[in-house]
Amino acid sequence: MSVQIKLNGKGRTLDAVTIGDLLRLEGVDADARFVAVALNGAVVPRRQWPAARIAAGDDIEIVKPVSGG
Amino acid sequence: MSNQLTIADKSFGSRLLIGSSSYPNQQIMLDAIDASGAQIVTVAMRRINVAGGGESVIDLLRERYHILPNTAGCYTARDAVLTAQLAREAIETNWIKLEVIGDEETLFPDVEHLLPAAAELVKDGFIVLPYCNDDPITCRKLADIGCAAVMPLGAPIGSGMGLRNPYNIEIIRDQVSIPVIVDAGIGTASDAAVAMELGCDAILLNTAIAKARDPVKMAAAMNAGVNAGRLAFEAGRIPRKLYAEASSPQAGVIGA
Repeated sequence: MSVQIKLNGKGRTLDAVTIGDLLRLEGVDADARFVAVALNGAVVPRRQWPAARIAAGDDIEIVKPVSGG
Repeated sequence: MSNQLTIADKSFGSRLLIGSSSYPNQQIMLDAIDASGAQIVTVAMRRINVAGGGESVIDLLRERYHILPNTAGCYTARDAVLTAQLAREAIETNWIKLEVIGDEETLFPDVEHLLPAAAELVKDGFIVLPYCNDDPITCRKLADIGCAAVMPLGAPIGSGMGLRNPYNIEIIRDQVSIPVIVDAGIGTASDAAVAMELGCDAILLNTAIAKARDPVKMAAAMNAGVNAGRLAFEAGRIPRKLYAEASSPQAGVIGA
C-alpha cells in the first residue's frame, strides 16, 4: 500500500511499511555505518529500523556525517 | 611542553581543534589535519544524498581522531537538539559542538535558542561544547547549565578577523572554570597565539587553514602558534611599562 510521506524535506509517495523497507527502497544499505534516521522529530535507533512502521504524513530524515567546521 | 587540554573526562595533547570542511581536496585535508597536530576534528550532519556515494569523511577520520559532530546550519533549538541526537546515533559519540545560528549573514549565535538547547542536551547526557558569543554572561550561563566548555567566537565564522574583543575573552576566561575554546574568526597564526596568551584553553578553526594558499603549511603554523601562545601564557609575560629598562648591566661601562 502506498503512503505519502515527507522524506528529507521533500514529499514522496512510496510503498514502504517500515523504516527498513524505506532504506532498502532508497538504496541505503541497512548495515551502512554512520547513518541515522529520525521519524517525526525523534531518532529511531538502528535496531528498531526493521520494525518501525511508517504512516501517511510521516516526516522522515535520513542523515550522515559530512565535512564540517 | 605545555600541559594537556582536558574536556569533560578526556585529555588531549593538542590545544587545536580543526574542522574538516572546504579543503582543496581530501588528501590536502588529511595532510593539513596531520600537520595541525589536532586530535579533535569536527564534522557536520546532513541529509543523505541517495545518488551520491564515495568514501565518507568519517571513514577517513574515525580511526585517528576524536570526532566532534556539530549542529551547524540549525536555526532553532529543536533542530539543533535533533541533529545532536542523530549525530549520537550515527557516530556513537555523546560529544556535540552545539551551534544555533541566528542570521545567515553574520552566522552569529542565537542565544535565545542556544541556552535551552544546551540545557536539554546536557540533561540528555551529552558533552556539550557550545559555539557562543563573546559575552561573559552567556558563557557563565552555559557553564552553569553544565556545558563541558564554552566556545566564544573571536570574530564571525570564516571572517579571519582575529580576536575582535580580547577584553571580553579575558573576562570569560576569568569567569568560568570550564575550558574556554576560541571558535571562529582566527585568520592567521598570531591570532591563535594571542588567544592562547590570554589564557584560552584551545582554538577551534577551519577556514583559516582550509582556505590558506598552502593549507598544510598554515596548519603547521597554527600548530606552532597555539603552542607558542600557550607556553607564553604558562611562562607569564612581563608587565608592560611605558619607559625603557636596560637589560645589560649599568655598572662598568667604559668612559663613565
